[in-house]
Amino acid sequence: MTELEAGRARTLAPVQSGAALHRYRDVLIALIAFAVLASLPLFTSSKALLDFVIRCSAYGLFATSLNLLVGYTGLTSFGHGMFFGLGAYSFGLIMQKLGVPIPVAFIATLAITALVAAVIGAICVRLKEIYFAFVTLAFQMLIHSTILSWASFTGGDQGLRGGIPRPAFLGINLANHIHLYVASCALLILGLLAMRQIAQSPFGYTLRMIRDNAARASFLGIDVWRAKLTVFVLAALFASMGGMVMALFVSGAYPEFAYWTISGEAIFINMLGGVSTFLGPMVGTVLLLLLNDTVTRFTEYHGIVLGIVILFFALGLRKGLLDFVAEWYAHRRETGEGR
Amino acid sequence: MLEIRNLAKSFGGVKATNDVSLDFPDGSLTAVIGPNGAGKSTFFNLITGALKPDSGKVLLDGVDLAGRSPPEIVRHGIGRAFQVASIFKSLTVQETMLGAVSADQRTSAVLHKRFPLHETRDRAEQVMELLGLAGKRNRTAATLSHGDQKLLDIALALVLEPKVLLLDEPTAGMGPEERWRMIDKVRELWESQKITVVFIEHDMDIVFKIAPKIVVLCYGRILATGTPDEIRNNSAVIEAYLGTEHAGAAA
Repeated sequence: MTELEAGRARTLAPVQSGAALHRYRDVLIALIAFAVLASLPLFTSSKALLDFVIRCSAYGLFATSLNLLVGYTGLTSFGHGMFFGLGAYSFGLIMQKLGVPIPVAFIATLAITALVAAVIGAICVRLKEIYFAFVTLAFQMLIHSTILSWASFTGGDQGLRGGIPRPAFLGINLANHIHLYVASCALLILGLLAMRQIAQSPFGYTLRMIRDNAARASFLGIDVWRAKLTVFVLAALFASMGGMVMALFVSGAYPEFAYWTISGEAIFINMLGGVSTFLGPMVGTVLLLLLNDTVTRFTEYHGIVLGIVILFFALGLRKGLLDFVAEWYAHRRETGEGR
Repeated sequence: MLEIRNLAKSFGGVKATNDVSLDFPDGSLTAVIGPNGAGKSTFFNLITGALKPDSGKVLLDGVDLAGRSPPEIVRHGIGRAFQVASIFKSLTVQETMLGAVSADQRTSAVLHKRFPLHETRDRAEQVMELLGLAGKRNRTAATLSHGDQKLLDIALALVLEPKVLLLDEPTAGMGPEERWRMIDKVRELWESQKITVVFIEHDMDIVFKIAPKIVVLCYGRILATGTPDEIRNNSAVIEAYLGTEHAGAAA
């Protein structure tokens, strides 16, 4: 080894072990978070609190998956909720009509979602910003009206009624509230961990490059269209997972799950929590659901309150809550180093 | 060797590139000059796939690349830097380099490993050192000075280990001293990396000083090609472009 090479090895070694360390750190954080969430029922018997966490799981998976598109790739989808609805309906219908074990329905739903997302994505990801937003919205409306008009299959505006059968598998009985709670937490943590891995993989950095400067990325040999389509399908899978958690929770599926307002809520969540950090949407989810639950208790005009809150974040802070915290922290560290 | 054969491109009725044929031998350094609107950038865009030529060929070592997509052309070995630094504003210098090497090594779609991959490090490190960016590795690209952003843009092209490097006005927007530093860097890269370099430049002093070969474009056509001395004394060039100042200096 020459002196120069040796010097290079020295500067590179910490970076190398750093990447591996980050992975272990993420897994460790995930394990701790799961342990905390899963042990919650030992300390509280509040069904409302556990229900709140289950809803956070469903919405958190969904909103974080949207951030893969919006925050990491710069693809602002206004129709991401279609995959939430698709997940809920596919899962519910498979369980009701075929009576297969839950894991089979879970995998089958993911396969259906991947297929539908690949077709819709192939059409949409070529489009630029506002057109992408509009066409994804159009597909959402298409799926929503299909659900409404195909009443014999989907139950129309009544939704999937009669409950979704939840047969026990591998000793897990999702009809049991605690089991359902722990399973939701597990899905949330696993989903977040998988999305974190995507965000921090070479592919995740390819997405950031495309977001910053797609033309330059293509001049580096990156197939921009293929990368966008891939992340569109991946994000759809996690949104679909969120939909399935929701379907399990309410034991049904309703047209509202596929309506455009559900996409709007995910965008709202991303604005609340911020898109510059991985956990921003998760923070936004908790904030929105808390707001929703408390505000609706006090006034029927909760839309006005939520509107004011979003205006505060959009116009006042010009960023989400976690963006704000991250910037404040970075600023503090910088000035600290300067001293 | 890069051979351009009868390359043509029109926008509406305007012939932006009109039957251009040129040879760029391996390891050559060529300057492309011409008045504004001469079709210099269009010429680069046609070679790199940003625009599709109406007709003609772009042969790199005998393979015709005309009309192919930018990623394909880059992978065949034609890299480029842009007039306005084209970089990834929210990535750090190091991330930018590592990401580019990943793209070149076809690992930019890898999902199951963490960024950056081990095998991307050496090359990224080399090019950062080569362009004097190693000390700024953790700076976000948007916070770099204008000159460093241009260097980063060139580094992006260079880290792909191209056979041919096209530089669209590497000194654009720079002060006189910075210009010379940049162009010395370009010349140094050309000498050390043994690649074919073609660059667009407006500053005649720079062009005449460092380019062994010059191509003059005017209204999409080749007005003249030759050594600095030949170009200085070419009457068509003097009339169309240089004016009498440089001709007088040469005389």
